[in-house]
Amino acid sequence: MFSRLGYNIKQAFVQINRNKAMTFTSVLAITAMMLILGVFFVATININLFAEVVKQDFDMVELYMEEDFPLDSIKQIGTDYESNEGVSKVEFRSKEDALEIMKSRWGENGYLLDNLGGNPLPDSLIIYVKNAETAETIANEALDIEGVEDIKYYQETVDKLTKTTNFIQIASLIVMLFLVLVSIVVVSNTIKLTVFARAKEIRIMKYIGATNWFVRGPFLIEGIIIGLISAIVSTGLVAVIYDNIMSIIGADIIRILSVPIVPIEYLAINLAIIFVALGVGIGSCGSVISMRRFLDK
Amino acid sequence: MIRFENVTKRYGENIGLEEATIHIEKGDFVFLVGPSGAGKSTFIKLILREIKPEEGEIYLDDMCVTQISNREIPKLRRKAGIVFQDFRLLEKKTVYENVAFAMEIIHKSRKEIRRQVPQILSLVGISDKAYNYPEELSAGEQQRVAIARAVVNNPTVLIADEPTGNLDPATAMDIMDLLNKINRRGTTIVMVTHAKNIVDVMHKRVIAIQNGRIVRNEFGLYGYEHEESLEDDTTEEVFYV
Ligand SMILES: Nc1ncnc2c1ncn2[C@@H]1O[C@H](COP(=O)(O)OP(=O)(O)OP(=O)(O)O)[C@@H](O)[C@H]1O
Ligand SMILES: [Mg+2]
Repeated sequence: MFSRLGYNIKQAFVQINRNKAMTFTSVLAITAMMLILGVFFVATININLFAEVVKQDFDMVELYMEEDFPLDSIKQIGTDYESNEGVSKVEFRSKEDALEIMKSRWGENGYLLDNLGGNPLPDSLIIYVKNAETAETIANEALDIEGVEDIKYYQETVDKLTKTTNFIQIASLIVMLFLVLVSIVVVSNTIKLTVFARAKEIRIMKYIGATNWFVRGPFLIEGIIIGLISAIVSTGLVAVIYDNIMSIIGADIIRILSVPIVPIEYLAINLAIIFVALGVGIGSCGSVISMRRFLDK
Repeated sequence: MIRFENVTKRYGENIGLEEATIHIEKGDFVFLVGPSGAGKSTFIKLILREIKPEEGEIYLDDMCVTQISNREIPKLRRKAGIVFQDFRLLEKKTVYENVAFAMEIIHKSRKEIRRQVPQILSLVGISDKAYNYPEELSAGEQQRVAIARAVVNNPTVLIADEPTGNLDPATAMDIMDLLNKINRRGTTIVMVTHAKNIVDVMHKRVIAIQNGRIVRNEFGLYGYEHEESLEDDTTEEVFYV
């Protein structure tokens, strides 16, 4: 088949030319499918990135210590945690440091803290963890440790975020699967038309001993071309749409949520790879299926 | 060469072939005769594995036609050249391209194709029309092209289902001369025909089928009196001139 690639490609274009309307319909169907996939993809990787950033911020558990709990004991607890496999770092934050940090966070309202007449903040240990499980274990057990008054951690937020991304991924997988099947059917029907138009020729080829793959050649290329056109159109469309949306609300997202957004170049390259693979797959499947009954004889 | 052993093929209620046992030797020239619906085309379709029998085994050379997998069918068909009553040429290809195509299918090199095709075209006497399209040829010329395509890959057997059915008597005899020539080069020929005069004048082995059964297998004449084919009545004069 590959020794005749030139012939197959030429023949495929002749077929597409004869069958423009259906080819157009197929491209439309696949493109629509890819656009939906594109939306899911863009949403998923942006949320993933968001989750990563949030996790970075929140991969810690803060232990607030009881008032007047000895410093040595606090440091001892910290050292104990440091030897834990899942812990990357333990930081001691004295009540004075905590106040300083809060002051600088509150900015020009910081003077309000001066009027407290004392420091209401406790000493604390900030435990940076390597994974969510460790954070959870620490959070669950820390309150039992002598001297620990309260804990603060963001596991729940991270959990919710992870669940959301998982849900989006599963949902898009299901929707995708369905759309891929629809696309394959559309492509196979398109190619069936050219197969029927060349039925006599195919029968003759089979009579003189052509293998099924030899006969399939041009139809396979026809399917692949339909898939490739769809992939190119879809990549272009998604890129343009994404670019437009981000130029309008992108800055707001960065400012309000203080998370980055995925740059269009990264997105376009990955989408192009996915779409091309998908298009080629759908095209070849559709073409092989369209000829299945025909070649079985 | 071609062997049928107790082959039975039914189409539902209809009988295609029943308990057929026959052996065709290498180099033979065999006429397959019998009334319409007797099972002649069935016999040929069985050899080419277009259909499978309910019972029995069929062999072509060392290949067991009834046992091979679907993937091996192309290999089987390359052993056999096939010619039909309606020529079945590719209309969008020239004479040369039609013949070359049969070689391209089995992945012959361009060089080989350039060498072999003109030789075959000259063998069947159609060299001067090499760059014409099928529709520009007479029926006899089209059948020559079909024969050229069938033999270009040197098959061991040439199978022809009523190859002269669409031809006038004189042209039919020209085609028979050509088939004879090919047979003398060593190719086995199995030809289905209704043309009494052709069978009688060629004087080859005749296998007669009736109601799916092989009723006769002998050297000589057509053996049926009345024939439905037009050729009989008109050919006679041409014949004995
Ligand atoms: N696909 C089919 N389905 C059902 N019956 C069939 C089929 N093909 C052939 N038959 C029957 O099988 C029998 C043999 O048919 P076959 O085509 O072999 O006859 P034949 O000898 O070639 O006839 P003819 O000289 O008219 O070409 C006939 O009775 C025919 O009706
Ligand atoms: Mg017949």
